[in-house]
Formats: sequence, structure tokens, C-alpha cells
Amino acid sequence: MKSIQQETVAGTKSDEIDLIAGTSLWHDAWKRLRKNNMALSSGVIMVCLGVACLCGPALLGIMWGYDAHTQNLAYGPQPPSLQHPFGTDFYGRDLLVRVLTGARVSLSVGVLAALVAASIGTIYGAVSSYNGGLVDSFMMRIVDILYALPYMFLVIILVTILGKSLLLLFLALGAVGWLLTARVVRGQVMSLKEQDFILAARSLGTTSRGIIFRHLIPNTLGPVIVTFTLTVPSMILQEAFLSFLGLGVQPPQPSLGSLINDGANQMLVFWWTLVFPGGIMAIMLFALNFLGDGIRDALDPRMKI
Amino acid sequence: MIRLLSRRLLELVPTVLVIVVASFALVRLAPGSPFSSEKEIPAEIRQKLEAKYGFDKPLPEQFIRYLGNLLKGDLGLSTKYPQRTVNEIIANGFPVTLTLAAVALLWSLLVGITAGIIGAIRQNTVWDHAAMTAALVGISVPSFVLGPLLVLVVSLRLHLLPPAGWGDWQHVVLPGLTLGTIYAASIARLTRGGMLEVIRSDFIRTARAKGLSERLIVWRHMLRGALLPVVSYLGPAVASMLTGSVVVEKIFNVPGIGPYFVDAAFNRDYFLVMGIVLLYAFFLLFMNLVVDILYGFLDPRIDVS
Repeated sequence: MKSIQQETVAGTKSDEIDLIAGTSLWHDAWKRLRKNNMALSSGVIMVCLGVACLCGPALLGIMWGYDAHTQNLAYGPQPPSLQHPFGTDFYGRDLLVRVLTGARVSLSVGVLAALVAASIGTIYGAVSSYNGGLVDSFMMRIVDILYALPYMFLVIILVTILGKSLLLLFLALGAVGWLLTARVVRGQVMSLKEQDFILAARSLGTTSRGIIFRHLIPNTLGPVIVTFTLTVPSMILQEAFLSFLGLGVQPPQPSLGSLINDGANQMLVFWWTLVFPGGIMAIMLFALNFLGDGIRDALDPRMKI
Repeated sequence: MIRLLSRRLLELVPTVLVIVVASFALVRLAPGSPFSSEKEIPAEIRQKLEAKYGFDKPLPEQFIRYLGNLLKGDLGLSTKYPQRTVNEIIANGFPVTLTLAAVALLWSLLVGITAGIIGAIRQNTVWDHAAMTAALVGISVPSFVLGPLLVLVVSLRLHLLPPAGWGDWQHVVLPGLTLGTIYAASIARLTRGGMLEVIRSDFIRTARAKGLSERLIVWRHMLRGALLPVVSYLGPAVASMLTGSVVVEKIFNVPGIGPYFVDAAFNRDYFLVMGIVLLYAFFLLFMNLVVDILYGFLDPRIDVS
């Protein structure tokens, strides 16, 4: 993928070729991203949050013996204290452990669902655009029709059909969320497939499948990554939306959505059960959106340093 | 104009047909039946029930019959609420949902466009940064966090507005705010982006050169160009507002159509699920048509026909 980028740059500024050698699209993008303080701090927040979600529950378990499931009514709902920084919930479970475990579920559902969506969308868009003509208009017509269907309703129907399991949840979310990626990739491939390196590949006898997977899809990676980073927060949001309605992750397994739902039901007396999961959710979405914006700006070739 | 409209409407016919077939297939091929979730029903009664709803006939025949009834405007009977037809349920709930969505839309347009204009004409000032940070916060706080928080602060602590229910205008304010805020934030960002693209173009310089007042330039000339991305966002926005209202209706106990849908999907209330999905799909197709036509009015360069 870096070859085209370099060729065009090198072609226009042949004197500076030494300077330019070694600057790939990704290198450029990283340089731009590093200058974007907000995006960078969002990245740091996300890394911290990710590490906390991964190791936090286990660490808290070893140090203080807290875990996300064991109920102890004697510890009832307690307000935040040194012992329980986020307080405890109605059943005496430490809320910090539950929020971290829930955030882990949310993050993994978000990333996996976005991966499913990106894979389906990329392949669909590339195949449709590469074939062109009737195949293309037929395949894109399907996308248009799916666009007209109420998205969340489809997910709800799929979840009720497939049953409420974590694996099926992100498959259902991903299965419905690929439309945008398909459109983006199709637009990219439309212009890519006319370029000389595709002609060269074809004249060397590369099969259609080889051209699509080896040559076209890698070259659409930039826009795909941009849509991917912006899909992750929206998938997290949708998982929480479903869990809030009781359709997502099932108790006793916590997820941010179900924690917020529990919190909303008891917020008048135990405000912390709403504020902490809601706050972590908002911070997570805020950081992911900022990071996504930053990556989009960084990968956009129109933005020069 | 009339010719254009009728042609666009004709184009919708195959789309609508595919949507009907697809949703019928999805709903009917799902495992389970409307009568399996309740307690054991004697075989005899079950047979009679199935005969009443026509489920004893082969699927293709059922589909033809459903299509025929659909053309007459009859959406069938609900299996969950045996006393009521799907038409009645929708006629009761949909106006409520629609009112809620309309208030949310109005709020999001008002706040979003104002914030976007301020951000653009005061670019890189404190105003701009404040407006855009507020927008990002707005995007990051999901409705199911914002709603309970608003109830907690506005209704339960300050006693300004009722926390739940439906009836007079006071009941609409909080749900409308909750539903609309996330879209207000997106609209603010889109408006600002669109304004910034227009702000340096030649026709604005011309307008300044002929001595138009700044107010006229902003409202008559800039906004018109800047609103194009906002208008094309309205289609998907209204779509997700309608589905998003499922959560908001649950939080504020609003008697809209949303809660029916989740229940219906769970209970395999075939006709009710189909009825709501189709209603929303038609509504979305209609919205997209309106958006396309609006587009032509806003940008004379686009030829709608």
C-alpha cells in the first residue's frame, strides 16, 4: 500500500527523494497523530482503561478478595469509601470490580463486533465494486434496502432468534453494522481498480480473488481503519443499549449497560450505582470518539503536516 | 415536480416488496412460536388458535394473504394482546413516539445549528472550543445515562418537571432533551464543518464585496451551503431517533410504540413485529425521499430529476 503513496510523492518532488524515502503513509499518519494532543491523551486514557479492565478485576481479587459475583448482603449498598472506591451494590458486591469487568465485556464486544462488521463490509464492498455492472448495482441495492430497515430492530430480532449469548450478540451487531464500511470500500475500489497496478496484476494472470484480496483490499486499509475506529464506540453504545433493555449480556455477568440499568433503578437512594458505571461509559466513549477523530485526521491524505 | 415525485414513488415499490418479503422470512423462520412461551396449551385449543391466525396454512399461502391484507391497510391481529389489532396498537403508540421524535429533532436542530454557526464564525476562539467540547461530551453521553441523570437532578432534586408519564407538554421536555442531545452534538459538528468549507469560498467574498450585512451573509448564503451535510444526516438521524426512543420511552415511562416492539419480538408476536418494522421502514423511505428533494432545493447545482 505504501508504494502508490510514495510514487506520487516521489514523482512530484524528485529532488527531495532522499528526504522522502522511508516515509510511508503510516509513518506520516503517526507523525500527525503525535501532534494531536487530545487524540494522544485519549489514546493514553484508553490504554489505561484497557489495562485496568484486563488486570484490575484479578488484582482486586488477589489483594482484597473482591470479585464480581459473590454476593454478601451484610455489605449491603455502601457509599464510596477507601475500602470500596466506587461503593458496593445492592447485593454487597464491590462496584469497582463490577464496573471494570463490565467495561471489559463492553470493550471486547465493541472491538469484536466492529471487526466482524469491518470484515464483512470490506469484502462485500470490494467484491461488489470489482465486479461492477449488474452485480454491483444488485449488491448495492441490497445495501440500500438494509439501510432502510430500522437497524436496532433488526438486531433485536436477531438477538431474540439467536438467543442471548455474548458470542451471538457481537455476531448480530456485526452482521447488521457493516453497511457503512461496504459503501466506503466500494468507493475506494471504484477508483483503485482502474489503476495500472491492477492492470499489471491482471496481465500477469492473477485471479480475481487474488486481485481483490492481495491488491485491492490492502489498499483500502486506511479508510477501513478510520471507519473501524469510529464503529467501535457505536458498537459499545449499541451493546449497552441492548443490555439496558435486558437483551444483551445476561446477569450475573455485568456489562456497563446492565450496570447502568440497575443504577438507574436505584439512583434516588444509591446514586453511586448510576454515576460510576455511567461515568466510565462516558469517558470510554469520549476517548474513543476523540481517538477516532484523530486517526481520521491523521490518515486523511489531504491533511499535510 | 409531480412527475419526479411519482417516479421516485414508483421506484420505491420493489424496495418495499423486498422489505416485506425479507422481514416476513426473518420473523417467520425464527424458531419458536407465539404460543410456546406461555404455559402448556392443550393441543385442541392450540389448533384452534393457529387456525384463527391462519398459522395452520403453508407459509407461502400465509404470505400471500398477509400481502393482500397489507394492501388493504390491515396489519393483522396481535397474538400477545388477543383483543387488539396491530392497527389499533400502532394507532395508539405511534403518535406518541412521533411527538417525542419531533420534539427531539426540533431541539437537536435548534441547538446543533446554533452551536455550529457560533463555532464556525468564531473559529478557534473560546466560543468555538466550548461549543465543540460540549458537542463531543454530548456525543459521548448515551441517552440511558443522560435520561436517569436528568430525572435525578431536574425532577427529583429540583422538582421542576415530572419524572415520568405522558399527558401535557411538561412530560415531553425531559424525554425530548434526552433523545435529542446526541443528535444536537452531531449536527453542531456537521454544521461547523460545512460552514468552514463555505466560509472561504468565492461567492461569500462576492457577497461581502457587494456590501451585504454580515447577518444576511451568514443566514442567506453561508447557512444554505453549510446545511447540505446536515440535511443528508437527517434521514439516518430520524431513523435512529425512532429506534432510540425505545430506551427513552422505557426510562420516562412514555406509552409509545417502543416497548411493544421488544415485547413482541420476544413473544414471537408475528404480526405486531412485522407491523412495526414495516411502519418504520416506510417512514424511513419516506424521510429519505424528503431529504433528497430538500437537497435539490438547497443546492441548485444538484439536479434531483
